Amino acid sequence: MAAQTAHAEAAHDDHPHGWRRWIYSTNHKDIGTMYLVFALVGGVIGGLLSMAMRAELMEPGLQIFGNPEVFNVFVTAHGLIMVFFMVMPSTMGGFGNWMVPLMIGAPDMAFPRMNNISFWLLPAALSLLLISLFMPGPPGTHGVGGGWTIYAPLSTKGTPGPAMDFAILALHLAGASSILGAINFITTIFNMRAPGMTLHKMPLFVWSVLVTAFLLLLSLPVLAGAITMLLTDRNFGTAFFDSAHGGDPLLWQHLFWFFGHPEVYILILPGFGIVSQIISTFSKKPIFGYLGMAYAMVAIGVIGFVVWAHHMYAAGISVNTQAYFVFATMVIAVPTGIKIFSWIATMWGGSLNFRAPMLWALGFIFLFTIGGVTGVVLANAGVDRSFHDTYYVVAHFHYVLSLGAVFSIFGAWYYWFPKMSGYMYSEATAKLHFWLMFIGANLTFFPQHFLGLAGMPRRYADYPDAFAGWNMVSSIGSYIAFAGFLVFLFGIAQAFARKVHAPANPWGVGATTLEWTLPSPPPFHSYETLPRIK
Amino acid sequence: MAILNRLLICVSSAALLAVCGPALAGDGQPSPWQMTFQKAATPIMEQITSFHTFVTVIIVFVALFVLGLLIYVMTRFNENRHPQPSRTTHNTVLEIAWTIIPVLILVAIAIPSFRLLFAQYDFPKADLTITATGSQWYWTYEYPDHGITFASIIVQEADLKPGQPRLLTVDHEVVVPVNKNVIVQLKSNDVIHDWAVPSFGIKLDAVPGRLQQTWFRAERTGMFYGQCSELCGRNHAFMPIAIRVVSDEDFAAWLDQHKKSAARDEPGKVATAEK
Repeated sequence: MAAQTAHAEAAHDDHPHGWRRWIYSTNHKDIGTMYLVFALVGGVIGGLLSMAMRAELMEPGLQIFGNPEVFNVFVTAHGLIMVFFMVMPSTMGGFGNWMVPLMIGAPDMAFPRMNNISFWLLPAALSLLLISLFMPGPPGTHGVGGGWTIYAPLSTKGTPGPAMDFAILALHLAGASSILGAINFITTIFNMRAPGMTLHKMPLFVWSVLVTAFLLLLSLPVLAGAITMLLTDRNFGTAFFDSAHGGDPLLWQHLFWFFGHPEVYILILPGFGIVSQIISTFSKKPIFGYLGMAYAMVAIGVIGFVVWAHHMYAAGISVNTQAYFVFATMVIAVPTGIKIFSWIATMWGGSLNFRAPMLWALGFIFLFTIGGVTGVVLANAGVDRSFHDTYYVVAHFHYVLSLGAVFSIFGAWYYWFPKMSGYMYSEATAKLHFWLMFIGANLTFFPQHFLGLAGMPRRYADYPDAFAGWNMVSSIGSYIAFAGFLVFLFGIAQAFARKVHAPANPWGVGATTLEWTLPSPPPFHSYETLPRIK
Repeated sequence: MAILNRLLICVSSAALLAVCGPALAGDGQPSPWQMTFQKAATPIMEQITSFHTFVTVIIVFVALFVLGLLIYVMTRFNENRHPQPSRTTHNTVLEIAWTIIPVLILVAIAIPSFRLLFAQYDFPKADLTITATGSQWYWTYEYPDHGITFASIIVQEADLKPGQPRLLTVDHEVVVPVNKNVIVQLKSNDVIHDWAVPSFGIKLDAVPGRLQQTWFRAERTGMFYGQCSELCGRNHAFMPIAIRVVSDEDFAAWLDQHKKSAARDEPGKVATAEK
């Protein structure tokens, strides 16, 4: 009997091997792994770009970039790569793909083959963007130098070379990847939950992916339309953004930010879900106010669609328009505050353990709060008059991104690495990584609030000498953070070298979601039997 | 606990210093290690500065409150000190409180916020109108009431005179009289630029195909600098804005001198305005 079963299993060796396993993958775990590796590559490239910028800005004058336009190209590439090829692939593509089916008891995603193309579109997109760096862009320079926001007419008349067209096509591919991924997640989460797992019993990470998927589905098509209009303005004689022929540059801004604002919630919402999982696990306590947490994310997602013009307060929109957007933007602080307090309330009365994932989650709660409150400041158009396009804005979004989203990504990495790889990481290395990154990133971005207050504009390769002091501090901070990143890479190699096997649940009683019932790593098809939830 | 108190005192002093340090700020330009706004030279900038102080005090309190809660939770509910976790997942009073209180705080912020915003758009009757046109990569100023036009181009480092700040000094600055309402109209020749003067509290995009306007009333004489604030290409960092605010008499003299030069020389060329 046993021999027959073993023979049957061998005959049904049910997955491809070698390169086919990866190129033709229809397995959510393998695809998730590929997304994470890809995000690592994106993070290395995006990080090196930022190191070059901080090295230039360490002292007044132009030391490294002979041509300031190349600095603008670095600014642009850094932003696009970190957003589209680091954060999004790691949170949705990486952890989303890996954990959502496991957490809801599903055998895979709803559309496993579409999942494959969602992934493989990304290396193609990144390649097009990297190629654009070597194509003529603005007169006399290669690459795209318009910032990730590529405002017209700088991105139309101001960038005559094909670099911009390559970047537009890169964004089309990346956008398509995410739209298809969103369809996959929505269908999977709505239709493939195990019996007994109602929507109100789903882990909060799954909720965060669901809300994010809707934001992607609704906002990316607007980006696609906008960049297509940019493409036709540039190449096919349309004049959507050209006032001389009846168009308006502000149309680009409205379209871009209608996508762009939901995009920043896309970047952070999965992080909210990750933090909920980690806090609950390492407090050995269920999340406080589950429904409030889930619907706060829904509220943030919905309201996030009607606040876009707070990015345009200085563009020339009317005072009444600005007043509306001030009001709507401030409203988002309420559901966000509910989440911060709920996480703290989760820990209150809990039994806290401070292994690496928990450090990242705790850091997230405090540092995202700082980033969030400077967002409340910026929401006020009257004072944004002074802060628009200064380093105060740069400080704000790097707090919520580098000290928010990135912290949640590293937290998720350490939380789920044992499950995904089957090995335990070294706690000492992980803690060193955390502290270097915590100190480094804070030192990098906190002084930038001061630079913005003092009036230093963003996207500047060189600055008046008075800004030198805080810029030096900021650059040194970036080197410390980069050292932390090197420790992170070392830690990965170390984990695979030491081969300390991870149990199914390394975290103890606090880990209550379904992925911890599976071996580390899970078998190729995850569940032998359908899990049933009481 | 004593450590906690000391930490709180340290951090709040730093915060207080940060918001109450206009004395440290330069006049019309940034100063080294500055942590605050540049000293206000217009009533609007004074209003911006005081609103910002108000909001910053609130957000520093919120951040410290969250930090305090986190430190408390980490020390009190450490698994060594609190091995048995509770299963509490609800507290209706708390959930209502942390919804309502933030709403009240936001309302408290919104009231002066809207007052500030509408004040910025309460255009006074103009004593002087100037037009600033952004081009890649310099500004052109016109005084339509007086028939004056000139370009304002950055002075390279090698040509700076002592005391002139690098990257802020231009060959021909904007000259305006003190205590007068100046309306600034913005245009662009090519891409979007942005005309900003931090000590005046003004910032507005110059968009091709549009005429937009802002205004200021400078209440001190002196030199006041700003920088282009919308990415506009290669020399975005090298097209500064410089404004010299002078007495009514000096302004009249400057006008006379420029009208004479404009009549004498080719149009657009201007004699250097001396101090």
